[in-house]
Amino acid sequence: MEWYLPVIWGVIIGVAVIMYVVLDGFDLGIGILFPFAKEERERDTMMNTVAPFWDGNETWLILGGGGLWVAFPKAYAVVMPALYLPVIIMLLALVFRGVAFEFRWVAMGSRRWWNAAFAGGSLVAAFSQGVILGGLVQGITVKNGAFAGGPLDWATPFAALCGIGVVLGYALLGATWLLIKTDGVVAERARAHAIPLLLAVMAMMAVVSLWTPIAFDRIATRWFSRPNIFFLAPVPIVTVLVALAVLHWLKSGREMLPFFGTVGLFVLGFLGLAISTFPYLVPPSLTVWQTAAAAPSQILMLFGVIFLLPVVLGYMAFVYWIFRGKVREGEGYH
Amino acid sequence: MDFDPVTLARIQFAFTVSFHIIFPAFTIGLSAFIATLELLWLKTGRDVYHRLARFWTKIFAVSFAMGVVSGIVLSYQFGTNWSRYAEFVGSVVAPLIGFEVLTAFFLEATFLGIMLFGWNRVPPWLHVLSCCVVAFGTFMSAFWILAANSWMQTPAGFELRDGLAYPLDWLKIIFNPSFHWRLPHMLLAAYLTTSLVVLSVGARYLLAGKFPEESRVMMVMGIGMLAIVGPVQAFVGDSHGLNTAHYQPAKIAAIEAHWDSKEPAPLVLFAWPDEKAEKNLYEISIPRGASLMITHSLDGLFPGLKDFAPQDRPPVLGPFFGFRAMVGVGVVMILLGWIGAWLIYRDEETITRWYLRICSWAWPLGFIAILSGWVVTEQGRQPWVVDGLLRTEDAMSPLAGWTVALTLVLFLIVYGIIFAAGIYFMNRLITRGPGGTLIEPPSTERPSRPLAAAHGEGQMTPGS
Repeated sequence: MEWYLPVIWGVIIGVAVIMYVVLDGFDLGIGILFPFAKEERERDTMMNTVAPFWDGNETWLILGGGGLWVAFPKAYAVVMPALYLPVIIMLLALVFRGVAFEFRWVAMGSRRWWNAAFAGGSLVAAFSQGVILGGLVQGITVKNGAFAGGPLDWATPFAALCGIGVVLGYALLGATWLLIKTDGVVAERARAHAIPLLLAVMAMMAVVSLWTPIAFDRIATRWFSRPNIFFLAPVPIVTVLVALAVLHWLKSGREMLPFFGTVGLFVLGFLGLAISTFPYLVPPSLTVWQTAAAAPSQILMLFGVIFLLPVVLGYMAFVYWIFRGKVREGEGYH
Repeated sequence: MDFDPVTLARIQFAFTVSFHIIFPAFTIGLSAFIATLELLWLKTGRDVYHRLARFWTKIFAVSFAMGVVSGIVLSYQFGTNWSRYAEFVGSVVAPLIGFEVLTAFFLEATFLGIMLFGWNRVPPWLHVLSCCVVAFGTFMSAFWILAANSWMQTPAGFELRDGLAYPLDWLKIIFNPSFHWRLPHMLLAAYLTTSLVVLSVGARYLLAGKFPEESRVMMVMGIGMLAIVGPVQAFVGDSHGLNTAHYQPAKIAAIEAHWDSKEPAPLVLFAWPDEKAEKNLYEISIPRGASLMITHSLDGLFPGLKDFAPQDRPPVLGPFFGFRAMVGVGVVMILLGWIGAWLIYRDEETITRWYLRICSWAWPLGFIAILSGWVVTEQGRQPWVVDGLLRTEDAMSPLAGWTVALTLVLFLIVYGIIFAAGIYFMNRLITRGPGGTLIEPPSTERPSRPLAAAHGEGQMTPGS
C-alpha cells in the first residue's frame, strides 16, 4: 500500500496530463494556425470545429493540476512557486483565448482583436506549457522540502526549445484535426501545413532526445545502462515508425489516421519523458513517495477516479459523437 | 522598491477571487433559470419560454466563459502564491477540489457544448436535459467549493501530524460545522442575484416598450423569486450569523464592532470603528440590539474584540461595513419583491413606471451583496487562513516580491480588459433583446420554432 499507491497516482496524473495535452493540444493548435487562414469564413469554420469541445478539453488541465495537489501536495507546493512566471503567463494566455471563443461572435467592429487574442493566447499558452515541461525536466532546486531557487531558474535554452517543440506539436495536432473535421480550402491548407510541421516536430523530438542524456547524467543512466537499453530501445524505434506512417497517411490523402498517428507520437514522447524522470516527480530530488499525500486522501480520491472518471469519459465521448462529421461552412453557433 | 510579498499576494488573491465569484454566482442562477424556462417550454409549448431560453443562453455563454477562465487561474493560485497553505491542507482540502473537478467541472463543461451548439443536433428533450445537467453541475461546484471554504472557517474531522492536517473522518470534513448554513446562503444569494438581473432587464424592456410578452414573464418570475426566496435568505443568513457567533466569535465581534464583553452590546447602525483606540467614533446605535439578536436576550453578553489578543483580531472595517452593505441590499431586495408582488396583484396589465425605473437600475445589487458578504467572512477569519491553525502570513509561497507585483499588474490589466469587454458585450446582447438574429443559425426561418420541427425531425409541440 505504502509503496504502490503513490505509483498508481503517478500514473493517473500522467494520464490526466497526456489527456490534456492531446485534447487541448488540438484546439490550441487551431489557434496557432489561425493567422494562416485567409478569410473570416475560414476562421469561423476552424473555430467551429472545436467550439463545442474546448471547455471540456481544458478541464483536464484542472484535473492535472488539481490531481497533483490531491495526490502529491508537496510536489505541487514546490513546482508551482518554482515555475511561477510561466504558469501565471500560461493562465493569462488561456484567459484571452478562452473568452475569445464567445467574444468573437458578439464582437463586430472589434472582431480582429479577438482573432488576435485567440491566436496570441493559444501561441503563448502552448509555448509556456513547453517551458513548464522543460523547467520541470531540467530540475528544480529544493531545500528542506521547499523550493529554494531563484524566480528565473526556469529560463534556459532547453526550456525555450521545449516551448518551441510544444508549439509545433500542437500546430500539428490542430492541422490533423482539421483534416477530420473540415473539407475544402481549410482542409487543403491544413494538409499543406501538416507535412513540414511533422518534420519539424520530429527534429525537435530528436534534439530533446539527444540533449537530455548529454546534459543530465541521471537520464543517460536511465536509458543507456544495461539491461535498460534493451527494454527501452523500442520506444524511439516505434516513434520513428509512427512518424513515417503519419507522413505516408498525409501524402496519401487519409483524413482520420494522421490525427490519431500524431496522438500516438505525443503519447510516445510523453512516455519517453516519463521514463527519463520516474520515480522523481520533482527532479532531481523529490520522488512520488516523498511527496505523497496522506494515504486516506489518496485512497478516497482513487475511488473517486475509478468510479467517476469512466462516467466522465463516457459523456465526453457522447458529445464528440453528437458533433461528429465535418463542420459545414456557416453552420453555426447557438 | 521594497515589496511585501504577503500583502501583494493577498491583494492579488482578493482581486482574482472577487473577479471570479461574480460570474459563477450569475451562472449558478442563470443556468437554473434557463433550465426552468426550457422545462416550461417543454410542458406548455409556449414560444415565449423558448425565445427567452435562447436569449439568456447567449448571455450565459459569455458569462460562463469568463467564469471558467478566471476559475482555472484560482485552481493554480493555491500552489503558485500559497504553497505553504497548499501543503498544509493538501491531504484534507485538495480532495474536495478533486471531487469538484470530477463531479462538476467536467459535467458543466461537456454539456455546455450541447446547450450552446446542440439546437440543430439533438431532440428538444435532450437539450432540456443538458440544461438541467449544467444547472446541476453548477450546484455541485458550489457544494464542493463551499465545503472547502467552510472547512477553512470551521475545521473538523482531522488531526495534526508532522505539522500538516491529516484526515480522520471525511463526513466530518465535508459536513463541517458551518457548511450547512454557508451552502444554502451562497446558493440562495446566487439565485437572488440572477433574479434581480432578470427583473432589471424585464423592467428595462417594459420602460422602452419592447418585448412585452417576454418582459412580463421575466418580471413575474423575478418578483416571485425576490418575494419568496428573499425572506428565506434572511432567515438562512441569520442562522448563519448565529452559527458564526458560536464558532468564530472574533468575526462576530468585528461585524458588530463590539469591543467590551462586559456590557450588553448595542446594535450599531453606523460608526467608524477605531482599531487603535479600541472604540467606535460617531456611533449611532440601538441599545442592547446586538445582544438581543445574537443571544436572544436583552442582557446577553458575548465576546468583544478586547477579549482577543491584538495579533489574533480580524480587521474591523471590512467585516463591519461589508455586513451592513449586505444586509442593506437584502432589505431592498425583499422590499422590491413585496412591492412588485403587490403591484402585480393590484393590476396585472400595467406596472407603475417608478417601480420599473427602480428595477431597471437594480441589477448590480446582488453582486454587491455577494462581494460584501465574502469580504465579511474572509476578512473576518483573519489573521488566519485556516481558522486557529495556519496564519495567512505563514501560508505564502517562497516568492520574490517583484514577481508577485509583476503578476498582480498583469492580472489587473488582463482582467480589466476582459471585464470591460464582457460587460460591454453582455449589455449589447441585452439591448438587442430576445429574437435578435445576430448569432441565430441561418438555416432556421423563425427562431421561435423548435428547431427539430424546422428540420422535419419532430413535432411542433415538444414533449409528447
